Amino acid sequence: MNKPPPQPPPDPAEPTGPGPDPAVHARGLTVVRGTRRVLDALSFDVAPGTVTGLLGPSGSGKSTLIRAIVGTQAKVTGTLDVLGSPAGSAGLRSRVGYVTQAPSVYGDLSARQNLDYYAAVLGIPRSRRAAAVTQALTDVDLTSHADDLAGNLSGGQASRVSLAVALLGAPELLVLDEPTVGLDPVLRRDLWDLFHRLAAHGTTLLISSHVMDEADRCAHLLLVRDGTLLAADTPRALREQTGSDTVEEAFLALVDAARAAEDSTP
Amino acid sequence: MNASRTLATARRVLRQLGHDPRTIALLLLVPILLLVLLYYVFDADRRAFDSIGASLLGIFPLVTMFLVTSIATLRERTSGTLERLLSMPLGKGDLIVGYALAFGLLAVVQAALATGVAIWFLDLDIAGSPWLLLLVALLDALLGTALGLFVSAFAASEFQVVQFMPAMIFPQILLCGLFAPRGSMQPVLEGISNVLPMSYAVDGMTEVLHHSEATGDFVRDIGVVAGSALLVLALGAATLRRRTA
Ligand SMILES: Nc1ncnc2c1ncn2[C@@H]1O[C@H](COP(=O)(O)OP(=O)(O)OP(=O)(O)O)[C@@H](O)[C@H]1O
Ligand SMILES: [Mg+2]
Repeated sequence: MNKPPPQPPPDPAEPTGPGPDPAVHARGLTVVRGTRRVLDALSFDVAPGTVTGLLGPSGSGKSTLIRAIVGTQAKVTGTLDVLGSPAGSAGLRSRVGYVTQAPSVYGDLSARQNLDYYAAVLGIPRSRRAAAVTQALTDVDLTSHADDLAGNLSGGQASRVSLAVALLGAPELLVLDEPTVGLDPVLRRDLWDLFHRLAAHGTTLLISSHVMDEADRCAHLLLVRDGTLLAADTPRALREQTGSDTVEEAFLALVDAARAAEDSTP
Repeated sequence: MNASRTLATARRVLRQLGHDPRTIALLLLVPILLLVLLYYVFDADRRAFDSIGASLLGIFPLVTMFLVTSIATLRERTSGTLERLLSMPLGKGDLIVGYALAFGLLAVVQAALATGVAIWFLDLDIAGSPWLLLLVALLDALLGTALGLFVSAFAASEFQVVQFMPAMIFPQILLCGLFAPRGSMQPVLEGISNVLPMSYAVDGMTEVLHHSEATGDFVRDIGVVAGSALLVLALGAATLRRRTA
């Protein structure tokens, strides 16, 4: 059932090679939330124009990493550059699209009114706003519910409104926190097709998920566990490296290896 | 700050209210019903109704806009829409002035209705111009919006935010001169009442009640109310953080 991504990239595992500058560049990225060190010295690159999956168990720090990249997370240390500027720079705010894990839309506005407002905030001129809104609604297959109050939509529909907001204004980098949770297989496939179309047009996508069967749709994977980076490679390389048939097995093998290493150190 | 983003925010807030006609009806009708109630409470003492009625015209907008704004911005913080907006090219000033415009407009309608009913149906006897009453009411509404924005930063839930209403507004109502002249209070309380903005809102209303034109005291009173509103709005802007824990 897993369609391979339309265009497997060369091998983005080699960040130091020649080629375009990475869309996201992290070195020693550390985040403290409360008193806990939630991300610990992550170093990775996200290649431009690709779909990169961010996978890891619940509580591993995926949302925290995403918030750091879009510049809404406090207490971030280390190097984190996004599209060539430090994460959170004012100039990035219209170049990066962000979908929060819980749908962040106004429940007391219709889907179209939500998009209309966010389009105005993004600075899309009034003359092009209606067309941009309709395009975003079409992309997430919500035109038939465009005038329903977001608060009256189903969970999956509301999260698609939230996704549509991030598509407005064609950002260069899309950072999506579990955008396909709660969606049926048909819709998920359609959205992944959309993600690949966007990547083919040069958009970089970073998509978090804990559904491992989505991993094979990504050109590149970041596996996090407990705030550390377990692996950063293509799905195929991860499978081969661990001798597994699926990314899920590869992930479990890596987790077991990390655990074994932890147990032997103290 | 950017005019089109500010206006888009004001329009969005009004659209949200537009989907909630019951809230609008309550906002507009409750002050009127309370004034009518007061009119019959002071059935035998019309002069008392004049002075308390004028003060209430200044207090209603402050209280209602405080409540509406504090809840609206708390919802914005807890629903994730604020985080999303602040990851976009929206200035903090755009958001705050957008809210102030939307609720200011609502307050003008509310105050116009309440003032109109008080003057034409309840024979509220004021020496000055009703337009000055309206001006004070508008500034009071802005002050309420500013205070509501500010306190929502210190509330983690709706339960907490509604408790800020007795905590921040009731003391001002007790000390503003509505129940006893401010000069007759225990000196410490009088000193406190001198630094609370609602005292000046009510003093301004009282000036309009007794004088046919805008007095120097009136100008000072509305200056204090407007200045406090701006100060608290700036404090409210400082509580909006693009980066949160
Ligand atoms: N506001 C907060 N204050 C303190 N700690 C937090 C806060 N939010 C999250 N954490 C902690 O940070 C860690 C990482 O959380 P994060 O939300 O990034 O996980 P996640 O990988 O996105 O999980 P999920 O898949 O369940 O969404 C967790 O241990 C969590 O308890
Ligand atoms: Mg998460």
